[in-house]
Amino acid sequence: MSTRTNDAVLPYDEVVARFDPVLGLEVHVELGTATKMFCGCPTEFGAPPNTQVCPVCLGLPGSLPAVNEVAVESAIRIGLALNCSIAEWCRFARKNYFYPDMPKNFQTSQYDEPIAFDGWLDVDVETDEGMRTFRVGIERAHMEEDTGKTSHQGGATGRIHGADYSLVDYNRAGIPLIEIVTKPVEGTGKYAPQVAKAYVASLREILRGLGVSDVKMEQGSLRCDANVSLRPSPDAPLGTRTETKNVNSLRSIERAVRYEMTRQAAILDAGGRVTQETRHWHEDTGITTSGREKSDAEDYRYFPEPDLVPIAPSREWVERLRASLPENPHVHRARLQAGWGISDFDMASVVNAGAVEVVEATIAAGADQAAARKWWLGELLRIANERGAELEDLPITPVEVARVEALVADGALNDKLARQVIEGVLAGEGDPDQVVAARGLAVVSDDGPLLAAIDDALGAQPDVAEKIRGGKVAAAGAIVGAVMKATRGQADAARVRELLLERLGVSDQA
Amino acid sequence: MGDLTRLTAAETAAAVASGETSAVEVARAHLDRIAAVDDRVHAFLHVDADGALAAAAAVDDARAAGRALSPLAGVPLALKDVLTQTGVPTTCGSRILEGWRPPYDATVTARLKAAGVVILGKTNMDEFAMGSSTEHSAYGPTHNPWDLDRIPGGSGGGSAAAVAAFEAPLAIGTDTGGSIRQPAAVTGTVGVKPTYGGVSRYGLVALASSLDQAGPCSRTVLDAALLHAVIGGHDPMDSTSLDVPVPDVVAAARRADVRGLRIGVVRELGGEGYQAGVRQRFDEAVELLTGLGAEVVEVSAPHFPYALAAYYLILPSECSSNLAKFDGVRFGLRVGEDVGDPSIEQVMGRTRAAGFGAEATRRIMLGTYALSAGYYDAYYGQAQKVRTLIQRDFAAAFEQADVLISPTAPTTAFRLGEKLDDPLAMYLNDVATIPANLAGTPGMSLPVGLAPEDGLPVGMQIMAPAMADDRLYNVGAALEAALLDTWGRPILEGAPAL
Ligand SMILES: [Zn+2]
Repeated sequence: MSTRTNDAVLPYDEVVARFDPVLGLEVHVELGTATKMFCGCPTEFGAPPNTQVCPVCLGLPGSLPAVNEVAVESAIRIGLALNCSIAEWCRFARKNYFYPDMPKNFQTSQYDEPIAFDGWLDVDVETDEGMRTFRVGIERAHMEEDTGKTSHQGGATGRIHGADYSLVDYNRAGIPLIEIVTKPVEGTGKYAPQVAKAYVASLREILRGLGVSDVKMEQGSLRCDANVSLRPSPDAPLGTRTETKNVNSLRSIERAVRYEMTRQAAILDAGGRVTQETRHWHEDTGITTSGREKSDAEDYRYFPEPDLVPIAPSREWVERLRASLPENPHVHRARLQAGWGISDFDMASVVNAGAVEVVEATIAAGADQAAARKWWLGELLRIANERGAELEDLPITPVEVARVEALVADGALNDKLARQVIEGVLAGEGDPDQVVAARGLAVVSDDGPLLAAIDDALGAQPDVAEKIRGGKVAAAGAIVGAVMKATRGQADAARVRELLLERLGVSDQA
Repeated sequence: MGDLTRLTAAETAAAVASGETSAVEVARAHLDRIAAVDDRVHAFLHVDADGALAAAAAVDDARAAGRALSPLAGVPLALKDVLTQTGVPTTCGSRILEGWRPPYDATVTARLKAAGVVILGKTNMDEFAMGSSTEHSAYGPTHNPWDLDRIPGGSGGGSAAAVAAFEAPLAIGTDTGGSIRQPAAVTGTVGVKPTYGGVSRYGLVALASSLDQAGPCSRTVLDAALLHAVIGGHDPMDSTSLDVPVPDVVAAARRADVRGLRIGVVRELGGEGYQAGVRQRFDEAVELLTGLGAEVVEVSAPHFPYALAAYYLILPSECSSNLAKFDGVRFGLRVGEDVGDPSIEQVMGRTRAAGFGAEATRRIMLGTYALSAGYYDAYYGQAQKVRTLIQRDFAAAFEQADVLISPTAPTTAFRLGEKLDDPLAMYLNDVATIPANLAGTPGMSLPVGLAPEDGLPVGMQIMAPAMADDRLYNVGAALEAALLDTWGRPILEGAPAL
């Protein structure tokens, strides 16, 4: 097992000039069902360890699984939304391997009979030639149960090796999962990292639209493993792939794929061979490190789960579910873009920031589209990136953002104050109006105090006052700045300028 | 009243209901009997005297309060140690579960409790129900009440022996390849494997999920029917449980009329390899059935000879996966965590090496091999095809006959230790019972006499189509009545005193 952390990498331009990347993406989605896949235990996140368990999900001797119908329905709806065929008849299978966080030492999953198969998802990526749609083939979507969570106590690494002891929490064991596996994604060239990110972003949007999962990557309800391989040209056979795990944000997916491409290229460039293995993504350092080696021959001794009967969704049911699917996000986005009247480029920025829903909701709450985009893609995206969080996970709602914007539009706040209000909301100080009141943030709109401040500033900088009187209107900025400073930013700068010029009897047209 | 342990379950229930005796008196009589004979029989792994007396007292209280009693209220029962009972040790005859007290009731257990059945304790069995002699129990063998040097059959030897030794009028067994029927045959008792899915498997510690089925053990066909009615029926906790009404087995046992019924003797289950006395008593019983007005025909099931081979691929495969959970992490035995600085995998390995006996280990290894990549199709896949062929054999045979019959086991009870070192010889005990498990069809064994050469009980097996369990009881009760007329007393009255 390698413990290297400083692998050589090749510059990205060189990588894409000399190699053709092929991706494979495996996404695990925790369904938001009220109960687990095979028992009646609740699925809420964050309960004290081992409080949401029963004989079934603990795998106690004698217990038996019973399929959660809602999970099957969710699986079918996901399959339909991804343009998959839905199996007329399928079974669960046991995937046998020993691991302490697997109560039965086998995972009840699906093997060669997935409930949904052979679909596709179109994703848009901004390229040098403008927006381009890549079609990602979906191999299969199947149902399975989640494992428990092991934490290794003591030792330096938090890893199993060197730990003093391990604790297992089975609350997660048995939570329904859908695993969505793409076909090999080819022909992306240098856009492979963006395609990977756009695919997961689109998938997340679809899943959210279906209401089947809260798709929170940082809480693990959507987890992505990225398979990456390189080959010398698109005609060459597929190269050896690695599977990068622990990629738990949209940004990381793009970075991890890009990093793996540069790392593998360096190995191939040096005449080496890529090891087929699992790799772990490190968000902080932006690199992957070797996990366990994984061979295709790993033998899980799959066989049909004898404790469950086959699932045979009736065609009527499937068609009913198809008819009730929400609008496809791709279509939805096109409709939004037309309504907002913005360019492909601007729309792509919204999509890539994962901001479609929040911008839409902010507009619905009364903000105009430009302002809604400005806040989410500017100040809020900056803060989200700083925190390594997703936009929608920031503790501010679209309604609150719309309220801030309304205060700006009314002239009650200026941009600078609005940013302070947002900061206050994010800090948990209350809603925008409460933050305004508590922090005493309001544009000084009474001319009296402004005129007094202007006189003070003019008195302090008589030379500047002379210049302005002499027609150098550009010099007004210094006085306006002083007034803004004196009023701690609570003045409306435009009004200050207006009053200043009036005071000095100068026209703004100079 | 006389000896309460000699009553049938139906008689006991009637005596309790009428107030002729109390459930507590009945329970005490059986606990006394267990105390008197079980050191020699060793049918029980755990006797729950307090629990039994409390359950009996509850029945007596209910009667005193004028509440209606269910048909088996106050009747004692021995529960095979493979079914969970809250707070009562459940070992499955294995060291690896030593000391485990399940936190929940199996559905069968819950239904027994709800019916006022008094559970006396847990009975001995081959480890995880793997065996035909109860010699593979980690806690020592059970002895056949007919001859303490002989095996009581297996895996449910404890349940059958408890019933045969008058330690309980009723017992629950489980049957994966004959574990209810073969012990019934060699102990002179009645045992029924219901249709697969007819009785919930929830709380039955799985050996082979697609084959396991819990069912009744008793001394009379009617008693078995009464018990079957209590434990049978749909259970949402078991996905393989059939959501259809249970056939009226009690009415069928009371009907006991075979006139005009077509009874098929299975050509492949008899003849060579079957003990002469077994064949003789079987043939006599067939004649009795003819005399009762049944039409006896010979039917062929050409794929039955392949059943044993298919069974010993399917069972180990499922068992290797089902027994994976016994790893020392969450319950039961844990071995070697203090030796050296072991990894989790090492502790799991040490626990399993120490906790499983030879037969369990053998089958886990066979199954692990059979499911391996590259072998799956040749072994598990082929075996499933054979299974389909056997189901077709049954379907064809049931076109010609309403029920099928055969000897239950090729021989009478053999001596303890006789086949312990010869697994293949041991496996042959189940050659006639396995086809019904592979097909999911029901089967009954009932005593048809003693083999002249050794004076030991011989069993006849009756098989019916899936969900036609009532036919077993109808035919079984008719034959039982005719045999009783011939013998003049129940067969077990002829067993040597313990
Ligand atoms: Zn549970």
